[in-house]
Amino acid sequence: MNDFENLSISSAIEGLANKNFTSLELTEFFIKKIEKNKDLNCFITSTFDKAIEMAKISDQKIKENETRPLEGIPIGMKDLFCTNGVRTTAGSKILENFIPFYESTVSNNLWDSGAIMLGKTNMDEFAMGSANTTSFFGNVKNPLGLKVNKELVPGGSSGGSASAVSSGLCLGSTGSDTGGSIRQPASFCGLVGLKPTYGRCSRFGMIAFASSLDQAGPITKTVEDSALMLQAMVSFDKRDSTSSRQSIPDFSDFKKLSIKGKRIGIPKEYMIDGLNSDIKKIWDSGISWFKREGAEILEISLPHTKSALPTYYIIAPAEASANLARYDGIRYGFRHNADDLNDLYQKTRGFGFGKEVKRRLMIGTYVLSAGYYDAYYLKALKVRKLISQDFEDAFQKCDLILTPTTPNVAFAIGEKQTNPIEMYLNDVLTVPASLAGLPAISVPSGFNSEKLPIGLQLIGKPFDEISVLAAGAVIEESRGF
Amino acid sequence: MSIDNSTVKKVAKLARIEINEEEETTLITELNNILGWVDELKQVNTDSVEPMLSVFNESMQMREDKAESNFENSQILDNSPESNSGFFVVPKVVE
Repeated sequence: MNDFENLSISSAIEGLANKNFTSLELTEFFIKKIEKNKDLNCFITSTFDKAIEMAKISDQKIKENETRPLEGIPIGMKDLFCTNGVRTTAGSKILENFIPFYESTVSNNLWDSGAIMLGKTNMDEFAMGSANTTSFFGNVKNPLGLKVNKELVPGGSSGGSASAVSSGLCLGSTGSDTGGSIRQPASFCGLVGLKPTYGRCSRFGMIAFASSLDQAGPITKTVEDSALMLQAMVSFDKRDSTSSRQSIPDFSDFKKLSIKGKRIGIPKEYMIDGLNSDIKKIWDSGISWFKREGAEILEISLPHTKSALPTYYIIAPAEASANLARYDGIRYGFRHNADDLNDLYQKTRGFGFGKEVKRRLMIGTYVLSAGYYDAYYLKALKVRKLISQDFEDAFQKCDLILTPTTPNVAFAIGEKQTNPIEMYLNDVLTVPASLAGLPAISVPSGFNSEKLPIGLQLIGKPFDEISVLAAGAVIEESRGF
Repeated sequence: MSIDNSTVKKVAKLARIEINEEEETTLITELNNILGWVDELKQVNTDSVEPMLSVFNESMQMREDKAESNFENSQILDNSPESNSGFFVVPKVVE
């Protein structure tokens, strides 16, 4: 029996190429492991029959030397990506029985690269949450909670994806990031999470939350795996009006890129009140690692950082209130019976959406309503410009920005539930890069006193994922585990 | 800006979300807290700042004005809660 426990995507590709094992063996291993770990609640829908069928095709391709880049690699697919013939719920009751008849571009690209779908991963309802506690299909547990004898959250919204990779139920998974939904769970689960530049991954077939912010990306164990998965996910897509035509590099070129002489900016505004002291220490360690590699460290200022979170909590709900208007109980999804049409809409949405989604739809509707549009929504759009401008100015002076990913480590399920703003504060360090559409990665960088993982975030210039990956690799080599 | 019962009712109606009395009470507090918190944006000087709707700055390309359909009518109706003779069914809307 092969030891598949410590495989990464890159080592699995090697093992498959060297015929040390087959994709079918690998896939069956993960299927068994998923079945054994159902209590983590990582998957909403499993697709084991499909996985076995795909693995057999991959083994045939390997045999015939027609190997594609992710041939035979079993992954988890966030249940936000529409999958043809496979139930896609976005973690919501309102889509409990929705079976798409088309495939999202990102998932399609992954299958075309030879990846294998083990199932659809759990998530916060419509990606609204930072703890994976808003899913209609129940909370997801962070496997690292076992270390401290607590039920810890995996982070969110891509909580099922992160927990699944962290507990070794798949080799990698997809996430989507609107304000931190890839980077924050990756940080909480000790993984690498990459949000590429807005426009890199097509949004076609990705269930919309806030369209000007939503961006797909990979959650993996290593930086190299992140580059491999990202390569397979990106493409120009005419079915997404904001899909970028920028040329797509070979992301594995990050290995050739030296950080020596690069200027790394440390934004003083990220030294927020309430930043956990262990996280502050790891941030300092990160600075010293880059110095040792010959990078130039400089303090920078992103003056509007403090305004980013309130800006986000106007713009994202506003866009969501428009996007989620489609759930009317008529064309697809849950319907609550009623006597007249208005009653049908109101009951369907009242019963079909969970608390957090309803709360955000109410905020979004309010800030867009007559009389408040200018004071809230328009104001937020202007502040967004200032936040984006801050980054443009900073990138005149530096090549990359190094910050912590989150103000705290993973917390217990049920914590931070007393008021919504307390939960929103989880995203305070990830939201600014989302508003500016910049590529950003979270890389495991150390541990707190309880041995819970701490991630550092690297933010790059638009379309410069390669530098972000290269800097991420420096952390991997320097952190000493 | 403070939100009261009638505002919550009005917004819920605009959003087409039915809420019960208990939800209404909770939402009054929560929305007031959230809107009070985002109110700090008022202190940011945005005179002569252009609103930013999207970070995407590539020009969108026009396509030919031609209808394309890759789906069968039946595929689309399969997901609907109620359909009949190739149509979506809704409650009666005319008296």
